[in-house]
Amino acid sequence: MTIQDIVTHISGVIVEGEKHRIDPVECAFASDLMSDVLTINTTKRIMLITGLANTQTIRTCEMSEIKVILFVRGKKVSDEMKELAEENEMVLIETPLSMYRTSGVLFNLGLSPVY
Amino acid sequence: MNFKFIVEGGDFTNAGTASSHIKKMMKQLGVDSSIIKRTVVALYEAEVNIVAHAYKGEIEVDIEEDKIYIKLEDEGPGIPDITQAMQKGFSTASPKVREMGFGAGMGLPNMKANADILNVNSVVDKGTIVEITNFFKA
Repeated sequence: MTIQDIVTHISGVIVEGEKHRIDPVECAFASDLMSDVLTINTTKRIMLITGLANTQTIRTCEMSEIKVILFVRGKKVSDEMKELAEENEMVLIETPLSMYRTSGVLFNLGLSPVY
Repeated sequence: MNFKFIVEGGDFTNAGTASSHIKKMMKQLGVDSSIIKRTVVALYEAEVNIVAHAYKGEIEVDIEEDKIYIKLEDEGPGIPDITQAMQKGFSTASPKVREMGFGAGMGLPNMKANADILNVNSVVDKGTIVEITNFFKA
């Protein structure tokens, strides 16, 4: 599944990393707890689905080698977060949908969970 | 190769800066990506712990041919019971720390899982020293 496919199905907007629009995403993980995100152990191309929008979300993904972050519940990405994401070649997406609904839609489309 | 970083307690804006530098440095040196990830996850958890719990701290990093050694020394309240702190789910984190997505009592166990050697020494009302060593070859 590409980032474009994801964005289309969840009324999403790419707010950073537009040039990666057709990059693939292999699986997803949904959490607001960054310590949980830091326990993920996979080499697949993961997307994090989260409602936590701050610079530590970006830092956590930098350390965890996660290149795509989808912010749910209408959470807004700050300029500082965008800068940090750009530096690390990440893609940031915003959607007004809830975490549960976003996860359900993408799961039904075949996007695998990490575990 | 030696590096030193200063970490300010409570400064969540810059938390992770040292870990980010070290990650880039290890990449440049061509260290295996799985070892880089383990190291920076352990380091980042430790760096966030200084920001979350201490007044200030210092991170010393020594990269040798076969290993990376990291020492994080802080001035802070210390850990009264390290065995308890190593248990998953135990945390004394403030609401502010929890708002940042941490403080679930997973930091020290996660550090242990990602370090080949982890030493934690602490003196109450003085501070904590965390040492992480990871080898570049299994």
